[in-house]
Formats: sequence, structure tokens, C-alpha cells
Amino acid sequence: MFRPAIVKRLGEEELFNPGHPACHGCGFSITLRHILKAAGKNTIFVVPAGCTSIVAGTMNKATFRVPFYHTPFAASAAVGSGIIEALERRGRDDVNVIVWAGDGATYDIGFAALSGAAERGHNILYICNDNEAYMNTGIQRSGGTPRGAWTTTTWEGKREAKKDLIRIMMSHNIPYIATATPAYPLDLYNKVKKALSIRGFKYLHVLNPCPPGWRIDTSLTIEVAKRAVLSGAWILLEYEDGRLRLNPPSNTMLEKRRVPLEDYLKIQGRFKHLFKPENKWLLEKLKNDIDEMWNWIKEMLAK
Amino acid sequence: MERVRRKYVLTGNYAAAYAALHSRVEVVAAYPITPQTTIVEKIDELISKGEYNTTMIRVESEHSAMAAAIGASAAGARAFTATASHGLFYMYENIWWAANSRLPVVASFVTRALAPPWNIWSDHQDVYALRDSGWILFLARNAQEVYDLIIQAFKIAEDDEVRLPVGVAHDAFIVSHTSEPVEMPMQDEIDSFLPPPEHIKPLLDPENPVSVGNLPTAEQHYMLRKNIWDCIIYSLSVIRRVGREYTELTGRNYGELIPAYKTEDAEYILVTSGAMGGDAEDAVDVLRDMGIRAGHLSIRLFRPFPHDELIDKVADSKAILVFNRGVSMGLGGVITADIRDSISKEALSIPVYDFIVGLGGVEVSKDDFIKAVHDLKTGKLDMKKTYYLMGGEYV
Repeated sequence: MFRPAIVKRLGEEELFNPGHPACHGCGFSITLRHILKAAGKNTIFVVPAGCTSIVAGTMNKATFRVPFYHTPFAASAAVGSGIIEALERRGRDDVNVIVWAGDGATYDIGFAALSGAAERGHNILYICNDNEAYMNTGIQRSGGTPRGAWTTTTWEGKREAKKDLIRIMMSHNIPYIATATPAYPLDLYNKVKKALSIRGFKYLHVLNPCPPGWRIDTSLTIEVAKRAVLSGAWILLEYEDGRLRLNPPSNTMLEKRRVPLEDYLKIQGRFKHLFKPENKWLLEKLKNDIDEMWNWIKEMLAK
Repeated sequence: MERVRRKYVLTGNYAAAYAALHSRVEVVAAYPITPQTTIVEKIDELISKGEYNTTMIRVESEHSAMAAAIGASAAGARAFTATASHGLFYMYENIWWAANSRLPVVASFVTRALAPPWNIWSDHQDVYALRDSGWILFLARNAQEVYDLIIQAFKIAEDDEVRLPVGVAHDAFIVSHTSEPVEMPMQDEIDSFLPPPEHIKPLLDPENPVSVGNLPTAEQHYMLRKNIWDCIIYSLSVIRRVGREYTELTGRNYGELIPAYKTEDAEYILVTSGAMGGDAEDAVDVLRDMGIRAGHLSIRLFRPFPHDELIDKVADSKAILVFNRGVSMGLGGVITADIRDSISKEALSIPVYDFIVGLGGVEVSKDDFIKAVHDLKTGKLDMKKTYYLMGGEYV
């Protein structure tokens, strides 16, 4: 039975070593620390190409204190399938298999493998490390980049909306889906714990600010993540057994209690062109994307 | 000693399926592509009948088929997959990943032409593309070889001093869908030949956590590839040893890596690979009836290339004629280049002639080989040329 944790019970064991080569202020490195605390040492990490390929360390050193396997960009969900089947044959039901893949690996190149593993119901936890662009290769747009965001391949702001991966994963009828950010670490920790207590394919989607890619100061990582939630641009939710639930503080925002989206956008260099008069239409479209998402949430909750 | 045998009439694909199951493979991950499909269908059928306790992962692409085999193997399971042609190319990056991760995955490759235009017939071009990866590669001539080589493949791949993936290729339809008698050892004999899968050391083990594939220095990467070189060269001795053990078990000759037919006194040696070897041997018989001392070699082991054995078998010949079912565009036959490399390393002066046959499933007959030898004898051939020989004519 799953019981939510409180801060003092998070555990002191660190399975994510200090001294790793992530950028200053890297959002996902904070996320990983909490994920590993929740998952514990009987965990195998499977990671495709991306920032974490670097953060994992240089040869003969290791950032992760758990078994860690690098995979080709599009392969991680399928590698996870193979690992869990091998473990099950040996009766190792005490080992977690966690696939940790960036938004490019999840939304784009690895999507078929993700969808396949979800459809097969393999007993793994797939975590999307969403920093909203191909950050490791130098900030190119992905299917997870939000509308309006500057990247090195969308110099005037991305024209297309962020792909709605949460809804796509919901339509796979998997037992557990959740979202998180490093700004709400207890929420994140509890969701990892809960996901790992459920058998089958679980999907956790974490929005992780990226100072170089989002053009933010390295001291603002958590602040930006928090504003993403408070402005409603990122919604903390769980989808379990076909039921959608909002988590605090997103659950207080149904009645228009969101802070202005500008509070989230203005501290990020990647959105600064949206505040020029000629780009007002693009800002409005981005706001509309977020309103549409909330309308859908309301419909789902009303069911 | 009188041994009880299982003897069935099987297609090459069914032989591959039985070989994998008799090897007590634990995880099979596969995606359908003609002409590989009946391998996986047979495995699924025998699992569903309760005859074998193998885990099947029915993936959504070949890329994921090799990825899942890699995952299973990295976690210590005996893993197998099968594919062909575009499926093989779709999983191509994972082919290299398996080799550089030093995983003992075994795969069955049914050789098939590459599109466009769509073509499901045999052509070795797909398997030749794996040449440089670090996989150990066999080209089987018939269903019996498919069966025997897959059983041996697991033992070679899992050898602690080898730890490399092994592929066993066979020709589309000519072998894959043609029924032939196949003799199979009893299960207890195979179990005494092949250790149980539990002996495989998992790379990924929570009791011994390691990161596999972290960023190397250039020198570390160089040494990783050099290490694969050392191991694949060393694997020749393991392949021979395993072959001898299998010969002892079955009485079928696997001591040779390049099976020879009437080469001892041969002046003209035909070199082939895969299914066309039978036609080449028919040609040898016809040529010998005409008083021409011909012989035949079948390149059963393609990588590592069995240089010493080749030299032993061709050293006294007058000319070598190599028939390739695949071409390196702008250079010539893929196996011709290998033969010339061996000849050059020994500073021999035996002329090597280059023929391209059977692309896209074109039938290769004994008449093609006979014509080539006649043309050589009558001085019509130029060693610098690559001859495209189809239906007994140069095109």
C-alpha cells in the first residue's frame, strides 16, 4: 500500500553522486536526485542519448550509484522491455526498471518504442525529462517545445503547439500517469514511489527548467519551475485507473486562480520576443493553448 | 555408440526456430518481415503449445527487436532475434550497439534484397553490411547448417573470452522456405554441449552496479574497438573448438570454417557463400567429368575471416573464381576483396577473378560456374574486371 512521504523521511542515502558534469542550475539533476531517493538502489536506469548521457559521467567514473545502461536515441523503452523480461525470468521482482529519456527521445525519435512498450504493458517506469528542446545538441526545437519559444531552429519563436503527450499516453490505457517538476519535490518523490508500487507500464512526465536553453539565470531554476505551475502552464496531475486528479497547487487553479502567464514567461529569455507588439498574436496563441488544456482538464474532471 | 536422433523435414526457417528453442533461449524479440516470419511464428506456436518456456517480446519495429534483445542480454538472459533486409537495416545502429556493449545476442538473418524496388528474394547485400561491426557472422548453406550453426552460435557468443554477438545468415526462400531433412541432437545432448543460460554474467546487476557506455576518452574508445578486434581474432580458436565439440556430438563436420569440396588437387577453385554452394559443387563434378580439376570452397564463416584456412586450401591452385551475391559499388565483389586480401598477405601470385551473381534473387545455376571456368581457361577473362554473370551471360 502506497503511503505519501514527508520531508524528514526522504532518506539520507544519495544514489546520485555529487561532482557530476551537469550545467549550473540544471533542473533535471535535482529531479534525478529525488527520483533515486524514491527508487532506491535496486533500480536499473536505462537512458538514451541526451544531456544525461553526459551527466552520467566519463568512463571509469559514474554519477549513478545504480546499474546504468546507455542506449541509442530511439531504443530506451524497448531496451527497458528486454531488461524487465530478463529480470522476470530470473524471479527478480524486487528490481525497478526506470527509463529516463529527454523530450526529444520521448516526443519524437523514441515515440514508437515508448508507445510499443506502453501497449505491451511492460512493467517499467518511463520518465520523460522534459526541458522542452534538444538541449544537449544545442537547443533545437522538439515536439515538446512550447509555441512561441525561441530555439536555435526556431529563431522567431516556434509556430506549432507543444504536442500533448499526456493525453496521448492516457489513450494507451496504462495504469498510472503523472506529471511533476523539481519545484515540488515531495510531490515528485511520492509520484515515483507510487508509480513503482504499481505493476505495469507507468509514465511520469517531469518539466525540468534548463538555464542555458530557457535563457534563465542559474539561480532561478526552481523559481521558474514553480511559476510554470502557478501560471497554469504546467499542470500537476495524476491519472490512475481512468480517473484524473489534480495535485496541489494545480488543484486550486480551476477557478481562474492562476498567476498571469507573463510572470512565467518574462523571466525566460526564450520568450522575450513575445513581448514585442508584432508578436502579440503569438503570445495570444500560446495563452490559448494553455486555456484549451485547462478546458479539457475541466471537462475530464466533470465526467 | 548408437545415438538416438530426431530427424525432421524442416524449412531453413523452422530449423532456425528449433535451434533457438533447443538452445533454451530465454527471450526472443522480433518483428515480422518476409521471409523471416515463419521463424517467429514457429517459436510462438511452440510456446503456445506449452512445449517451450521462452519469453516472446512482440515489438513494434526491428529497431526495438534488437533493442529488446540487447536489454535482455544486458540483464543476463539468453536472447535471440531474427530479421531480414530492411528489418536488418532498420535495427542497424543497434547491431553496432550490441557489439560495442559486448553482448552475446544471437540472431538469424534471412538474406534478402534491398529496395527499391520491393524485392523479397535472396541477395547477401544486407548481411554484408554488418561486416565491420564486430559481429561474428556465418553464412549457412542449407537448413541443417542453419540449425547446427545457431546451436553453436550461443556457445561461441557466450564464451567469456569472446562475448560478441553472433549472426547466422541463410538465403531467402532457397533455404528459408525449402524443406529438407534436418537431424537434431536430443535435448539432453544439447544441454551437455551448451551450458544453461544462468552462466551468463549480467552487465546490469544491482548487487554490482556499473554504468555501461559512459563517455570515453578517444584512447579508451580506440582500445574498446581494439579489444573487440583481439576477441574476434581469438574467437577463431573458440569457433574451431566449439565446431569440433559439435562434430563429436553429431558426426557432422564443423571443424572446417570453409568447407571444401574436391580442392586437394584442384587447379581452379570456385568460392561461394550460402545456398549456391550446392550448384557450385554440381559444377565441380561436371568440370571434373570434362577433365578439368575444379574444386569448391564455401565461405561458411564470413567474420572473423578464416584467413589461414583459406590459404591452406588454395595455396596450390592455379586460379580462384569468387562468386559474390553482393557487391561493394565501385570496388567489386565483397568476398572477392576478402580473398584478395588473404592472397596479398601471403604474397601469393594466384590470380583471383571477380563475379557478381544472384543479385535480387536471380537464380544461380551450375552453368554459370562452368561458363566462368571455361572463359578463364580460354583466356577470355581479365583479372581487373568485375563480371556480372546472369543466366549464363555477362551483362
